[in-house]
Amino acid sequence: MIIVQDITESSINKFLGRKSMRKLVGDIFCYILLISIGIAMLLPFLWMISSSLKSRGDVFIFPPEWIPKPIRWHNYVEAMTTVPFGRFIKNSIQITILVIIGQVVSSSLVAFGFARLRFIGKNILFMILLSTMMIPYHVTLIPLFITFRKIGWINTFKPLIIPAYFGSPFFIFLLRQYIMTIPLAFDDAAKIDGCGYFQLFYKIIVPLIKPVLITITIFSFLWTWNDFMGPLIYINDMEKFTVTLGLNLFRYSYGTEWHLLMAASTIALLPCLVIFFIAQRYIIGGIVLSGLKQ
Amino acid sequence: MFRVSQRENIVGFLFISPWILGFLLFTLFPMIYSFVLAFYDWNPFGSPVWTGVKNYITLFNDPLFWQSLKVTTIYSIGSVPLGLLVALLFAMLLNRELVGRGIFRTIFYMPSLVSGVAISVVWLWIFNSEFGLMNWILSKFGIKGPQWLMSTTWALPALIIMSLWGTGNSMLIFLAGLQGLPKEFYEVAELDGANSFQRFWKITLPLLSPSLFFNLVMGVIGSFQTFTQAYVMTQGGPLYSTLFYILYLYKNGFQYFKMGYASALAWVLFGIILALTLLIFKSSSIWVYYEAEVKTPEVKR
Repeated sequence: MIIVQDITESSINKFLGRKSMRKLVGDIFCYILLISIGIAMLLPFLWMISSSLKSRGDVFIFPPEWIPKPIRWHNYVEAMTTVPFGRFIKNSIQITILVIIGQVVSSSLVAFGFARLRFIGKNILFMILLSTMMIPYHVTLIPLFITFRKIGWINTFKPLIIPAYFGSPFFIFLLRQYIMTIPLAFDDAAKIDGCGYFQLFYKIIVPLIKPVLITITIFSFLWTWNDFMGPLIYINDMEKFTVTLGLNLFRYSYGTEWHLLMAASTIALLPCLVIFFIAQRYIIGGIVLSGLKQ
Repeated sequence: MFRVSQRENIVGFLFISPWILGFLLFTLFPMIYSFVLAFYDWNPFGSPVWTGVKNYITLFNDPLFWQSLKVTTIYSIGSVPLGLLVALLFAMLLNRELVGRGIFRTIFYMPSLVSGVAISVVWLWIFNSEFGLMNWILSKFGIKGPQWLMSTTWALPALIIMSLWGTGNSMLIFLAGLQGLPKEFYEVAELDGANSFQRFWKITLPLLSPSLFFNLVMGVIGSFQTFTQAYVMTQGGPLYSTLFYILYLYKNGFQYFKMGYASALAWVLFGIILALTLLIFKSSSIWVYYEAEVKTPEVKR
């Protein structure tokens, strides 16, 4: 009996010792991998910023110097004035704000309807909503272009903004999933207090779903700010260009002015990066929520 | 009773009415329109001419259609499995309880948020064969890098490499999946003497298959809709070696103004995506493992 116990104890100790040793080696190995991948992920950004601060000639020095001498902040001024970049930023901001308002308000109303109200054909309609997420955006691209052209919306911001006011299936889905997790007791209490459905939505549900509302606001911002195909198709006048179109114009007009191109790219990316750092947890929460539907 | 539900019925429809209207105006109507368009020679400046299935026949005899399909398929086969592998590796690294993993998660995830024109322009410069970052790194290892985007052989692989940089979304889905795996399984397996390789194949992978499934479907759909990188970086060149499907569709519709033909292209793409998705869904019963007991993790806020 004693011998058996000894054997098991020593083997467990040996097992644990080996395990902690192995864990240490594993940890070090993981750190090496994490750091090298981290560097690989950051390099394009660093490369962009480094190039954006070089002089025209220094960009073409090989092997490249990472810290430019001298640092030319003036590149940013030049990039902003070579093409009317300030104008493009203003246009992008205008479109983005109006799209965000539209998508957040309409999507949360629809999501509340699907999550909390009983009506005929609700399940079928929700299935249709889910299946529309699978339809490639490009199937509707050409007929919508023809239609918008007929009603004189080409070269205006309307085709980019107005559809946002009719809900976005992905956002509706996210919000609905989240509203479903709120206990019905809240609704009952509100109803006893004499709240109508709209009051229930506005006074009870909206404050509770704030985190997801922030998530979709950020997604909406990022997707609209980075949207390229929409503006490419609908906008013709340079006066009305968005940042993405402006950058593309820059790329084709001043293709070899890499220092200015990189400065312009940095300007275009800056709002996205700032938002990402401020609101990272909401973005991550949203992605995870979207992946858990099975 | 009846009156209450009648009221709820009306209120319900009122709440979802924006989406219903949007669905009719911006999805259903254009889809029907597009379906009809595909049977016409439709130039926005002239009057449409009915041509029956001619667009579809032309399409099957159009070498550029096949080229664009080939390019997109190669890109999909190259970028989706590699992307899943990379994302899974990243997620497993981040799942280890190490100090500072939050910072690494931020860094790994960041690139996937900034897709678009700006990042395409940056990669254009990275892949510059003479002064670019990529060939500088390769030269450190004594490799003379190729011409990348100027080469018919290397332009598409360059875009695949670029896509691996933005796998953050899949990574997060995997990470959430990993964090929901029951720890007891691993403890038992370890006591049974299973090595880490066996633990990965027998426990992690089967339990993670729902996340894998989700990422695979999203990855395939996404890869077939690649546009911005190709438009900004290569315009489909050199020699059509990066002529992505959507780029070809765009060129037909908005550069050659063959709107009917572009609609036919769109419907073929829709068919392909639908078929692929169905295939993955059908096959999922074989390789996707659902266990009711495995709890899905709560979203932490």
